[in-house]
Order: sequence, then C-alpha cells, then structure tokens
Amino acid sequence: MSRFSNLGHRLYQGEVSFDFVGRRKLWYSISGVIALVAIVGLSTVGLHLGIEFKGGSVYTVAKPGLTVSQAQDDINKIIGDSTSQVQSTGDGKIRIQVSAQEKASSDAVVKQLSSDLDVPAANIDAQVVGPSWGHEISQKALLGLVIFMVLVTAYLAIAFEWRMALAALVALIHDLVITIGVYAVVGFEVSPGTVIGFLTILGYSLYDTVVVFDTVKENTKDLEKQNKRTYSEAANAGLNQTLVRSLNTTVVALLPVAALLFIGGGLLGAGTLNDISLALFIGLSAGAYSSICVATPLLAQLKEQTPQMRALAKRVAQRRAADAKAAAAVGSTADAVEEQADEAVEDSVAAAGMVGQRNQPVSRARGKGRPSGKR
Amino acid sequence: MATPKSRPRDGYPGRALALILVVTVALVALMFGTGHRTPRLGIDLAGGTSITLTASSKDKNAINQSNMDIAVGIIQKRVNAFGVSEAEVQTQGNNNIIVNIPKGTNSQQAAEQVGTTAKLYFRPVLALAPTGVQVPPASPSANPSGSASPSGSASPSGSASPSASGSASASAGGSASPSASATKAGRAVSDALKAADPSAAATGSGSAAPSAAASGSAAASAPALPPVPTTPTEGTVPPELQQQFAALDCSQAGQRQDYQTDETKNAVACSYDAEQKIWYKFALGPVAVKGADVSKAQAGYDTQRAQGWEVQLTFNDKGSKDFATTTGTLAGMQAPANQFAIVLDGKVVSHPYVQQSITGGNAVISGSFTQEQASSLANVLSYGALPLDFTKSDVTTVSAALGGDQLHAGLLAGAIGLALVVLYSLVYYRGLGLVSIAGLVVSAILTYSIMTLLGASIGFALDLPAVCGAIVAIGITADSFIVYFERIRDEVREGAQLRPAVQRAWPRARRTILVSDFVSFLCAAVLYVVSVGKVQGFAFTLGLTTLLDVVVIFLFTKPLITLLARRKFFANGHPWSGLDPKRLGARPPLRSSRRRSTTSAAVKEA
Repeated sequence: MSRFSNLGHRLYQGEVSFDFVGRRKLWYSISGVIALVAIVGLSTVGLHLGIEFKGGSVYTVAKPGLTVSQAQDDINKIIGDSTSQVQSTGDGKIRIQVSAQEKASSDAVVKQLSSDLDVPAANIDAQVVGPSWGHEISQKALLGLVIFMVLVTAYLAIAFEWRMALAALVALIHDLVITIGVYAVVGFEVSPGTVIGFLTILGYSLYDTVVVFDTVKENTKDLEKQNKRTYSEAANAGLNQTLVRSLNTTVVALLPVAALLFIGGGLLGAGTLNDISLALFIGLSAGAYSSICVATPLLAQLKEQTPQMRALAKRVAQRRAADAKAAAAVGSTADAVEEQADEAVEDSVAAAGMVGQRNQPVSRARGKGRPSGKR
Repeated sequence: MATPKSRPRDGYPGRALALILVVTVALVALMFGTGHRTPRLGIDLAGGTSITLTASSKDKNAINQSNMDIAVGIIQKRVNAFGVSEAEVQTQGNNNIIVNIPKGTNSQQAAEQVGTTAKLYFRPVLALAPTGVQVPPASPSANPSGSASPSGSASPSGSASPSASGSASASAGGSASPSASATKAGRAVSDALKAADPSAAATGSGSAAPSAAASGSAAASAPALPPVPTTPTEGTVPPELQQQFAALDCSQAGQRQDYQTDETKNAVACSYDAEQKIWYKFALGPVAVKGADVSKAQAGYDTQRAQGWEVQLTFNDKGSKDFATTTGTLAGMQAPANQFAIVLDGKVVSHPYVQQSITGGNAVISGSFTQEQASSLANVLSYGALPLDFTKSDVTTVSAALGGDQLHAGLLAGAIGLALVVLYSLVYYRGLGLVSIAGLVVSAILTYSIMTLLGASIGFALDLPAVCGAIVAIGITADSFIVYFERIRDEVREGAQLRPAVQRAWPRARRTILVSDFVSFLCAAVLYVVSVGKVQGFAFTLGLTTLLDVVVIFLFTKPLITLLARRKFFANGHPWSGLDPKRLGARPPLRSSRRRSTTSAAVKEA
C-alpha cells in the first residue's frame, strides 16, 4: 500500500509520469480496434435481445429439488411443443421462457405448472411482455440519450469550453460503442435492465471525464504567459496528477457494482440486478479508460490546433533549442549543480513526461544563454 | 466565498454539522412519528402484479394527456371496483399506463380485467356462424327448423324477461321453466324495461325464437357428439365482409384480434361460448351505441324470477336515444339480425336479442351468470369506455417470497459493496477513511428516511432498479470524498499546513464536485422525465442520491474535516491520519517564501 501511495506522490511531483497525451496514437488505435471489433460484432452477430424485445413470457418456479429436465418436460406438455427455454437460475429456481408465439394464457400455464409440479401457485412468478415493450423502452432511452447529450454538451461548453465538451462527447460515445460491442460479441442478453445500465454509463463516464478536465483546465490556466511547456504537456501533467484520483474513484465506483454483479447476480442468476450491474461494470471500466486515454489526448489535439497554442508550442520549441545549446556550451559548474537540484523539482512538474528536460538548469541558462550578455 | 472579517478563516464548521444533525434527526423522527418505518416497496419486491398498458391509436393526436388521464381514471375505478386496495394507476411517459396491483384479494381478476378491457361498443348482429370446427357442407336447412321446437320454449322466456325490468307486471308467472332454455341459448337475453308491453314482447319473442334456438339447438341436438354444430351461417353477411368472414377462424388464437377499426363500418368479431366450448364468428353492423354512453351498470340478482344474476344498464341521454332507436329497428328484424352484440375489445361478450324498442334508458342483460361474471361484466360496461386502445406490453406477477429474495440479494450486495468501499477507503485514506465512512452513513440515513417519507407522501415505491440505483450511488458519494481528500493531500504535498490545506483545497474540490454532480443529476433528471418502466425508479434514486451527495459533502464532510484539522492527530500528520506529509512526499515550499516550511521539509531533501 505504501508503495502505491508513494506512487501517488511521485505522480503528483512528476517524478513518475505516464505520457498519456503523447502516446495518443497508441490509444487511438487501441480504441479504434476495439470499436471496430464492436461494430463488426454488432453488424454480424448482433445483439442477443431479451424476451422484452421478442415478446413472450417467463415463469420462475421456486421449488427445491426441481430439475431442469422435469420442468422442460412439463412445459413441453403444457404448450404442446419444445420451443421453450428452461434454465436453472443458480439459486435453485427454474426459469422457463416461452416465446410469444405460444398463445397459452399465462394464468393457465401457471395453474398447470402449479398442479403438475406440485408447487403452490404463489411460488411461481410470471412475466408476460409484448414484443414492442423492449423497443419502447429502448426508444425512450435513446431519446433520453440524445436529450442528455445535447444538454450536457451545452453545459460543458459553457462550464469549460466547446473543445472539452466535444472530447467528452467522443469519449462517451466511445464507451457506449465498446459496451454495446461487448454485449454483441460475448452474447450477453440485452434486457431493459441492460438499457438502464447503458444509461447510467452516460452519467458516470462524463463524471470521470469532468474530474480530469477540471484539473486539466486548472493546469492550463495561464499557459500562454509562459514558454516552458505546451498544452499537451500541461494536460498530461494534469492527467498524471489526477491519475490516482481517477483510479480511486473508478475503483470505488466499481466495488459496489462488482458486489452487485457477483453477489446479487450469483445468488439470483439472470435478473434485473445482474443486467444493470454487468452493463455498468463494462461501461465503467471503459469510462475510466476513455477519460484518460481518449478524452484528454483528443482535447490536447484539438487545443494544439488553435493559433495561440501553436504559437506557444513554437515558443517552447525555440526555448528548448536555446536551452539545449546553452547547456552544451556552458557545461555544469559546481554551483550550477546545486541550483539545478532545486530547479529540477520545479521543472519536473512543469515538463512532466519530458524525461531529459529535468537536468537542464533552466533559469541559469536563461541568464547565461542570453546572446547580448547583459551581465 | 466572501466572508465577513469577524468570521474565522475556516468558517463555523460546528454550525453546519449541527444543521445537518438536526435535519437528519428530524427526518428520522418524522419517519418514526408517522409510523412509516420502511420504504414502500415496489410490486417487484413486495409481490403483486404490475401491468404496463401502452396506448395505441390510429390517430396519433388521440394519444394526449387528457385522454390518458381519462383512461387512468377509468382504469383506477375499474381496479378499485374489485376491492383491490392500494392499487396504483399512473401514466408514464407519453403513452403508458402502469397499473400496480399488490398481492391480495382479487388481484388476479383485477389484473385480467384491467388488461382485457379497452373499448366497448353495441353493434347490431348481421350474421353469425360457428367457427373452427368442420361444418358439414350438407347441413340441411331442416336442421335450423328442427331447432324451432326449442325456440318455442324460448319465446316465453322472452316475455318473461320484461318482468325482470322491475315492473312487477303480469307475465312473470310463466317464465320460470322456459328461462332455462333461454339462458342455455346464449349468454344473455336482454330486454325491455319499465313500460314493457307483454303482448308486444310475446310477438317479438316469436320472431326472436329462432335465434335463441340457433345456438341452443346445437347444444341440444348433439350433446353426445363433440360440439360440432351443424348450423351454417345464419343471417346475411354483407358483401364487403364476405371474404373476411369466410376466412376468419376464431379458434386460431392469432385471428382473434380486434377488427373494430371503424365505428361507422361493418366489422367481424369472435365470441366464445363457454357452455358449448366453441367459438362463434359474427358479422356486425356499424356501432349503434358506444360504451361511453353507458352511465351505469351494475350486477343485480333477479329476485322475481329467481333467474340468477343479471346486469342492469343505465344509459345517458344520447345513449338512451340511440339505444331506443336501434332496439326499435332490431326488434322488427328476423333472427339473427335482431340481436345486439356487446363488443369489448373486438370480442363479442354477449349478444342478447331484442324484442321491442327499449326506451327510458334502462336495460337488463340476463343470462346464466354467476355473481362474479355478472359483476365483472357490469364493471366492464360501466367503465368500459376507454378513449384509447391499450395493449399490455408488460405483465409481471411476482410472489412476495421471490420479491423478498431479490430484495435480500440486493441488500446483501449493497452491504458488501459498502463494506468494500469502507475497507478500501480505510486502507487507502486511513484516518480520513473514517470521515468518508461517517459521510456514507449520514448519506445512507438521509436516503433511507427520505425514501420512506416519499413513499408515504407521494407514493414513491422502492423497486429493484431503485435498489440498484442506491447501490451504484455508494460509488458516487464516495467519489466526492475522494475528490476532496486528494485535493487536501495535494495541498499537503505542496507543503501546506493541514488547516490552510483544508481551506485551500475546498474551493477547487467544491467546483469539481459540483460540476460532476451536476452532470450526474442532469443524466438522472433527463432519464426520469423521458423514460418509462423500470428506468424511472432507477433514475429517481440516482437523482435523489446525487442531490444528497452535495448536501452531505457541504454540510457534513467539509465541516467535519475542518474540525478534525484542528486536532493534533490530523494536524501533525500522524501516520494513521492519512495526511502524513512524509508519506505524501511533501516538499518544502520553493517558490513561495511566504509559506512556512513544514517540519517535513527536511525529510524530502534527505
């Protein structure tokens, strides 16, 4: 643990720095590949839609000792064919799924099951859904999604700026595509519970991104007044400073969801708890990744396009070239070394991720390197 | 934060803490005072039946708020008429009505009624035929005529029924025995009222007889055989319906749908004869009276003729007029065109025949009803006039036992999730972890009491997705603490003393927390407004807990930390406080000489 918190302070000080922004091409390609797999999976395999989308009924029978084959035999007898799916839910209950084509009324089925299997009718749950219910929920969800995206983009554009809003939006879509893709590729069943999970990802994904952007914004506040580091470097430094926080918030968010997924789901088998938490688990993980590896690099890229930041990048480059020249010309004297130690700490925060910059006695070089030699 | 000069630099943390303490205690006291100690559980947790009805209409504009409200009112009345208490009927989204019926008496029956009932029409019968059975092609016309003899017995029943209308007029006497055949003949025999004219009835019934015989004969003539009626189509199917009528096979479930698309046109419909256990198909004329014009219908026992349960109808002015006109016309028709079909959701529930014009706005439907059947038909008739079509999109029946299991699993998951978060924050934040635990506890108490009180006041019901939302919210609440803690630690790393660090970290943490909570809340609010079904409960909980998160961090966590920062344990950075400058790698202030260098300054350099 102490090593971990140690990492926290080293990250903060810039002693350890992960170059997230600089390696954006790597992240982009990773995300691109995942998104591609997701889209291919979605278009070829497609989503495994739950009964809410196809219509039908589900009966859950609670009877100790009842086997799947017993239940299967009985339901086959009741509806007259063998199209129904029977599965055990893991907590000793049997789940029977009958498609909408079977017109047997649910009451009749419950009665029949109850008498055949010798279970009180009260121990049988029935759910009957029309084929359009899932679509209805999804459509409303999609509508909600669009409204939320518009509102939140507007809000972020006002609270921060439009580039941040855009980057956050891209990260959000990225998360959704990946989550849906996982569902398509792995073949998890999509139920209204899953849709709820998807929707919650929206809030969470943005929450995470907002926390990171808040620090980035702070780190880049008076950026144009200096010429030590570019926007990308400042953003990366902010990212590293909040890395521990991002990890912590993600871990803390994931812990209850994981409990829900493994304990709730494990006890009850398929059900609302499981559906929501599975989608959340995937989405939250994707959200943590995207706010660090997609949203911020994309933001930096967008910002670097602006004239001010281009000018800044140019100034920083010029300055570094000058520094390098000066350093080479002067060499290190004894007192320079001592001062350097102090400067290095300060500078390392500034130029986090730029290993190699640390050893340059910046402020000293400024004086010595000046061509006019004012001293 | 513009603060008056006199105010201490770190505010009055005690006041904020006292405030939230008072609020929390007040809420809990209110909870116990009002006797609502547990949140109201949703149907999926408490057990019961939840039905989602989705409105559909050819005319998109018909699905509007006022029509939905009317439908909710009607469904509400209908559900309550079954003696179901605490049934909940509400609109959701633009075109959904959710009906939650708690486990209890009649819930099953109510559940069926709510869903099956939508639109009620009175239409004249043009033709009818049994369906779904092999009709021998060579069924001679003699057969119906053979049935004429039971019709003889049926006709007195016709004359008997006027007596049912309440006027203790003469003809009651002869009715008893024939009525049996009349009831057998169909579900119902409707009839005239107040000013009933026995003689007219007698002649009318004469003509009516064959119709009663039609179905009656089937049962009577072939009791031993499987119920294969040998009667072909009775009456004349209008030309435009002929093809549809011929093709219709009511024994096929898929074909038993609502064909009543246009009120002004002829239509076909199915009907099940429970006694003969066969389906009939009908060709019906345009709507004569709408269900909306039935002002009252009630089940009553026919004491006079001991004929059993019947349904007494009262029409409003328009209904009376239409009914009188139509019955007048029908009475003069030949069977089966003298029958009046009561069509509910495209299905003929009853097709009494008419003997004479029924004026005065009252009518009786009698038949071999049980009390239950009669009251259920009455219920349907009284409240049957829904302005829209509804389809059941989701019907969930959950027994209390299974719902309880799910609740337990959810609570267990929540407890374990909470424990994991507590453990994590203790290990990572040590002393500060205790603060976050206290914050989570306050948050949990507030959430619980508010949910309970909302359940009592606005009927908020905790369903499974809402439980999920609450569990997920543990993460959101803990997130805010982490944001603040990390800010404080950042300040300590910069070399600040704890007290100023706590103060300086706050404005920055506050902004982050507010912005991110706003995003969460926006998400919850949009979902709540737009969504339907299970999504709403989830969104509500998420929104509530996000709001509480802000309250807790402002009024509890921040003041508590301010207070703790004054204690030696934290201020001196005890290794277990979570704010040990050494462990945090604090460094001496370099750029600002105004910052007093901390004791740990030397450590860093070492």
